[in-house]
Amino acid sequence: MALSILWTAMVAISLLFSFFAGTADAMSSAVLEGAAEAVATAVSMTGPVCLWCGICSLLDASGVSAKLSRILAPVLKRIFPEARKDTHVLQSISGCVTANFLGLGNAATPLGIQAVKRMTALQKDSSVASDGMCRFIVLCTASIQLIPSTAAALRSSMGCAAPFDILPAVWVSSIVSVSVGLGVSTLLARLEKTS
Amino acid sequence: MSSYIIPLIITAAACYSLKKRLDVYSLLTCGAEDGLKIMLRILPNLIILLSGVYMLRASGALDMITTLLTPAFRFLGIPPETAPLVLIRPLSGSAALAVAADIMRTYGVDSQIGRTAAIMLGSTETTFYTIAVYFGAAGVKKTRWAVPAALAADLTGFVMAAVTARLF
Repeated sequence: MALSILWTAMVAISLLFSFFAGTADAMSSAVLEGAAEAVATAVSMTGPVCLWCGICSLLDASGVSAKLSRILAPVLKRIFPEARKDTHVLQSISGCVTANFLGLGNAATPLGIQAVKRMTALQKDSSVASDGMCRFIVLCTASIQLIPSTAAALRSSMGCAAPFDILPAVWVSSIVSVSVGLGVSTLLARLEKTS
Repeated sequence: MSSYIIPLIITAAACYSLKKRLDVYSLLTCGAEDGLKIMLRILPNLIILLSGVYMLRASGALDMITTLLTPAFRFLGIPPETAPLVLIRPLSGSAALAVAADIMRTYGVDSQIGRTAAIMLGSTETTFYTIAVYFGAAGVKKTRWAVPAALAADLTGFVMAAVTARLF
């Protein structure tokens, strides 16, 4: 539904704006150009995306993701009180974070839902988010990713010579944003308690 | 240095899987098939959304949004040209992809602005979508401070993307 409103707003605003700016000619050809450009972009992105999905399935099948998930467990235990009580919670949280880290988007979503479901089972009122759940959301939405494959694929489809040279920048940005997110979480949890 | 990261990961993954006596080649092709499915799901979205974004760009509306938001973005140290991406990123992944493609095409993929857009795309997530899916599936209704905390992380990611695009 959100996208329906978004798209309708986009075209309506464009049309209205072109009345005043006199850009109707450019606009009417641009809408077709955009559709054509989308296919060209997607076609040249497909190769890199598929290659990376292939590498990801190797990492998954060879047990690298399971190992990573075990390495992460002690750290996650500190962030999530629920994970100390229930090993299943710990497993699904670390599985989800690892899947996100390796860029296995399809594997991450069911694990994330499982983690939140298990956390709700541990408390009396299952319709209220716990501190742990909110922190988990921050951890998932801040995107800690080893290889930002989609961004790199888009860059290579645009003819970029070194699509992966954004890696260090992406890592630093992700780490800082996760830290700030978790810091804000702790702060808001304290504020809620005192008020 | 960073040129070695990808070849290194690829080689290590292949050697390690071969050592575990896995069928490396068919795992690769099966994974690639999954990638094809992902792209097939993205493509229709990209066609529709990019046509909308191009319309906005050609009509001049996108430039006006950018101009309007310039003071706020200058204050945060983010290039104002990335404003459409910052606004759309938490809402929709494919729309963000379309907007990022438009920004890279307009300002150049290797320009400071184009790089900032790519770093933003790589270091943030579709926040509202993720919250809706995870909490919705588990039946959580009172989300407490999950949204403000996640948005604070997003905003930090955008500011940091601008900073790191200059540094690295």
